[in-house]
Amino acid sequence: MRTGILNVRPSIIPGFGVTFGITLTLLSVIVLIPLSAVFIRAAGLGWQGFVAVALSDRALQAYRLSFGAAAIAALINAVFGLLTAWVLVRYRFPGRRLVSALVDLPFALPTAVAGIALTALYAPNGWIGGVLAPWGIDVAFTPLGVVIALVFVGLPFVVRTVEPVLADLGLDVEEAAASLGATRWQTFARVILPALGPALLTGFALAFARGVGEYGSVIFIAGNMPYRTEIAPLLIVVQLEQHNIAGATAIAVTMLVASFILLLFTNLLQNWQRRRTLA
Amino acid sequence: MIRRLILAAALALLPAAAGVAQPVTILNASYDPTRELYRAVNTAFAAEWKARTGTSVTINQSHGGSGKQARSVIDGLDADVVTLALSGDIDEIARRGKLVDPGWQARLPYKSTPYWSTIVFLVRKGNPKGIKDWNDLVKPGVKVVMANPKTGGGARWIFLAAWGYGQKTTGSARGARDYVAKLLGRVPVLDSGARGATTTFAERGIGDVLLTWENEAILATRELGADRFEIVVPSISIRAEPPVAVVDKVVDRRGTRAVAEAYLQYLYTPTAQEMIARNGYRPRDPEVAARYAAQFPDIRLFDIDRNFGGWTKAQKIFFSDNGQFDQIYASAPH
Repeated sequence: MRTGILNVRPSIIPGFGVTFGITLTLLSVIVLIPLSAVFIRAAGLGWQGFVAVALSDRALQAYRLSFGAAAIAALINAVFGLLTAWVLVRYRFPGRRLVSALVDLPFALPTAVAGIALTALYAPNGWIGGVLAPWGIDVAFTPLGVVIALVFVGLPFVVRTVEPVLADLGLDVEEAAASLGATRWQTFARVILPALGPALLTGFALAFARGVGEYGSVIFIAGNMPYRTEIAPLLIVVQLEQHNIAGATAIAVTMLVASFILLLFTNLLQNWQRRRTLA
Repeated sequence: MIRRLILAAALALLPAAAGVAQPVTILNASYDPTRELYRAVNTAFAAEWKARTGTSVTINQSHGGSGKQARSVIDGLDADVVTLALSGDIDEIARRGKLVDPGWQARLPYKSTPYWSTIVFLVRKGNPKGIKDWNDLVKPGVKVVMANPKTGGGARWIFLAAWGYGQKTTGSARGARDYVAKLLGRVPVLDSGARGATTTFAERGIGDVLLTWENEAILATRELGADRFEIVVPSISIRAEPPVAVVDKVVDRRGTRAVAEAYLQYLYTPTAQEMIARNGYRPRDPEVAARYAAQFPDIRLFDIDRNFGGWTKAQKIFFSDNGQFDQIYASAPH
């Protein structure tokens, strides 16, 4: 299935011109115009002002935490999300629908509720935090806490992108591999994983992007100490508190550009992998 | 929001017939810890206004961080009155939004601050770390919880109170800064607002002492149990004065000036002052203050105008980008 968007042949669905026009207009109004407003507001700072805010030492530390924690969390989600999707697709067990619904919960839950619940759990006097504290492991109010919050909000992205592909894959492929003498591990590494690769990468990218911008759930568990546990979205809020809207947008633009480059890169990787799989 | 828009549209379409009293709705944009206070005040004022003018008035509340509320008003939130944590935030509405007359602070008694508060310490029952005053906060092994001065109005008052203490004991700005740097070194979590800091201290069990508004400390002991916490009043603190103002542009457009002004003036009446004291804020009315003397011990105070040159100046020196707060964190090992 490789059809470009613009080199259309007459399709059974008519009205490309109309639908494409509506799509573009909607995209402009909902996405492009607000985003360009962000760029224009940031431009008000001038280059030097922009660098002073957006690339300050403190901002760099905050990006490192935001992007780093989001990447780690997305990786964890890629592994355990794949496992979860596997269990949901390949096995029938009582309560399967319940587990499936649970996976979606982070989508629906207000992130602040997640943040408060996780903080209560992982604080030194919480159920889990209390067990870890004697071992000298602090979770809440450390970068580790940030990772945990991001794992929570990012999980459904991986599960829900991998699940349909895995369901499509069908057991017959595995059976074919087995009948040709592949071990279980070989089947997984050579047959299943490559087929799942693009979906897994998409899930990873979505979870990562979500994590980078996440505010509500993280703010309660992060600790918010400058240079140590301060996430980039908080710096934006801080700038707004100072009524410095240009400064806030400067940080936003930096995050936007960085995220866009990373997503573009993931996309290219995905294309490359898809082509390799098809070849 | 939509309901208010529809209401506003409906009111605009119905020209008020002379002499016929229309029900009025006004909006008070306030900061976070005032929820309980204004819930009581609004009901009482509505009854009083009805009795006096025959008109019913509904006062809607919007709460949030003080700076965020100011920004919402600047961005077009139709608040008839603002009751915020710092006069600097209303100054911003006047300066940036041009929505409030620049002389707003002279329009009501006590620089438009109908109540005041101060910064106190909340410690765990029995005060296990023996915390009596500011110097005890930087003793070895003491952990301090406070909100982030960059995002919370109350935390800016805390920062300035600590700075004032350092300045007074060492006699220099250098010494003040050293003290505050040491103090901030004791803080493991900076919550975004006063309520969040209370939760971190009280519910999560973090830290030995919480620095917070007196009214928040009183509320915490009342709501979370006097058997768990004690209030410690330091030898000196800061006079924290949350100001109120009518948003001129909004009331003139909506035709709500009379009721909005009466609402703010009502805050100075003995009835409202009583509610203010009951909610842990220090009242201005001397008689009410005398009745609540036991709850509000005498304390020596720094003053934002006298000691720090007013909020606009303090904001710039201490809390803007690369201000003292940022500098302390930038130079701390991390």
